Amino acid sequence: MAKMTLDELRKLRESKKKELDLRSPDNKSIHVVVGMGTSGIANGAKKTLQAFVDELSDQGLTNVSVRQVGGMGLDFAEPTVEVAVPEMPTVIYGNVDEEVARKIVRKHILGKQLINEHIYDRPAADIVEGTE
Amino acid sequence: MAFHHYVLVCGGTGCVSSKADDLFGELAKALDQEGIRDDVQLVKTGCFGFCEQGPIVKVLPEESFYVGVKPADAAEIVSEHIVKGRQVDRLLYKEEDSKVHAKVDDISFYQKQFRIVLRNCGFIDPENIDEYIARDGYLALERALTGGMTPDDIIEELKESGLRGRGGAGFPTWQKWGFSKAVEADQKYVVCNADEGDPGAYMDRSVLEGDPHSIIEAMAIAGYTCGADTGFVYCRAEYPLAIHRLEVAIKQATEAGLLGDNILGTDFSFTIEIRLGAGAFVCGEETALLASIEGKRGMPIPRPPFPAVKGLWEKPTVINNVETLANIPVIISRGGEWFAKVGTEKSRGTKVFALTGKIKNSGLVEVPMGTTLRDIIYNIGGGIPDGRAFKAVQTGGPSGGVITADYLDTPIDYEHLQELGSIMGSGGMIVMDEDDCMLDVAKFYLEFTVEESCGKCAPCRVGGRKLYNILDRMAKGTAEEEDFGRIEDIGQAMKRASLCGLGQTAPNPVLSVIKYFPEEIGAHVKEGRCPAGVCKGLIQYYIDPEKCIGCTLCARRCPVNVIAGERKEVHVIDQNGCIKCGECFDACKFGAVIRR
Repeated sequence: MAKMTLDELRKLRESKKKELDLRSPDNKSIHVVVGMGTSGIANGAKKTLQAFVDELSDQGLTNVSVRQVGGMGLDFAEPTVEVAVPEMPTVIYGNVDEEVARKIVRKHILGKQLINEHIYDRPAADIVEGTE
Repeated sequence: MAFHHYVLVCGGTGCVSSKADDLFGELAKALDQEGIRDDVQLVKTGCFGFCEQGPIVKVLPEESFYVGVKPADAAEIVSEHIVKGRQVDRLLYKEEDSKVHAKVDDISFYQKQFRIVLRNCGFIDPENIDEYIARDGYLALERALTGGMTPDDIIEELKESGLRGRGGAGFPTWQKWGFSKAVEADQKYVVCNADEGDPGAYMDRSVLEGDPHSIIEAMAIAGYTCGADTGFVYCRAEYPLAIHRLEVAIKQATEAGLLGDNILGTDFSFTIEIRLGAGAFVCGEETALLASIEGKRGMPIPRPPFPAVKGLWEKPTVINNVETLANIPVIISRGGEWFAKVGTEKSRGTKVFALTGKIKNSGLVEVPMGTTLRDIIYNIGGGIPDGRAFKAVQTGGPSGGVITADYLDTPIDYEHLQELGSIMGSGGMIVMDEDDCMLDVAKFYLEFTVEESCGKCAPCRVGGRKLYNILDRMAKGTAEEEDFGRIEDIGQAMKRASLCGLGQTAPNPVLSVIKYFPEEIGAHVKEGRCPAGVCKGLIQYYIDPEKCIGCTLCARRCPVNVIAGERKEVHVIDQNGCIKCGECFDACKFGAVIRR
């Protein structure tokens, strides 16, 4: 990335804002977001991430973006994964090992069903959304 | 085919014991009766917290959060909410149920948590600067540099926000920055203290791992405000992932022109370097930290002069902790007034706690200042596992103290914690239940500070060791009544005469358990008894010959093979070889192993 001017910074912010807004109803693509802080990784988040990548490729799904983020602090339920599928509510899954990851691809992303026993609540409302 | 609605029923143990299973069955029945079983997915979830108000039902996509739902309410939720689209108001979680004071109008939330510091953790890829920028990242720096904000405006904004240092002592941030700005000097520095050392605290690590750009942005703003062009992040080498992500972030910010020369086309320049700490706890103390950056042995020096006036290489230096800095971009971009609405009068904003120990939902929680311990432990943390009773919570790590069940409803802020003889510290919160011995807890923290004392001043070096020896005697049953007076004397001397915070606060865990658990500590000294059955010098394991059926399980589990006895014969523990690990006690299915 080259050095940005003020205008370029502002433009980048606006364009990326739309892309990142998983919870927006206009969001048309599928997102899998894996928590990769120290506690997530210690609980197997790297294997979970790999399982998503493998299963998505096994199922021939190419329209899914898999991303890493830091931990959201739900350490008792690591690894945690946020899944956003258009026309479905965006949910956070906890205790996602490789098997659950594969289940999420088959049942949630392909079958449009939520997975029992693994949904957790977002710990807090997002304060950034309210900013103009 | 996607469903119209998703009905989530909390499957945490708290909710299950309050009939969540029956509720699940009733909801399924009601969906069948309405003939909409195929349109609605009924899902059992993990624990939602809020266990005191369970069972919890959440209906998506509306995000309706129902609490205290009884099996009899199932039909109403289905016929009213799902079929007719009308929320069942009487079951909805109401904000007045919460004692949390976050009067921020533009955010509707039923959550107990309120996240300013952790706003981006779990949202953005920390190794992608674009994602930080998309979430209003570098907006504050942009406003400061190009929006006509003078350094004085920034200090004024911080003053209005009421932000105080999150590293422990709670010094007002605006004053610190103001002191440094006021000094004339050819060179000034900004330092980020990421030498997080309290046992059980890891919020700084999480911020660096999840949102490193927020620290970079805040340090640049501090540089602009105070007139510094160089920043250092002092991070412990035990945090390799945090260091890696920070390195990536610094590189990206430099390439994007958000660090380096002439940032955003202005004449402000700022660079950041990382310095690794070797893990000495005392290097979290600011003067010791600065010595370590200079390449000297990490030992504190007396203040004043404070680092803001005379710090790194004797130049004015602003030192802020990671969590403090993470607040800065939000305060500048949303305004000090907005920030000041959160929290209590003297303690504004939020605090991140690392909730660990005997707690169901361990992890990081960020709550408005003034939230009660009860809310944190029972509503967010889900309470104590295995039906055990809450005993105390330790805050402030080796510098803090314990808070007992009597004070569960005390609002948590700097002032109230100090009144209780503890401190905010960096925000470690270790929950203890009835199986924990408070003497053992105090001994653990003291052992830590004795180990970590740099040895420069005698009150800390000698006093800490003496205190530890007394506690060790207590734990072995060889202490005497007079030792209580000695603890008091040594403790007060250390508090008054130690050179830095480490020694001054080291007696706190001991003094605190003696104050709040006099009977338990007294039992060790007067009766040679450890009520919680933890102190190995005071307990013995016996096998009750009446109850032992000779199953041999204890003998097989014993790691030192000191349990003798043939199959179907009464077993006996050889007290001479017993290491009191308690394996036999836990293993026996007949209650035949007795601890006393």
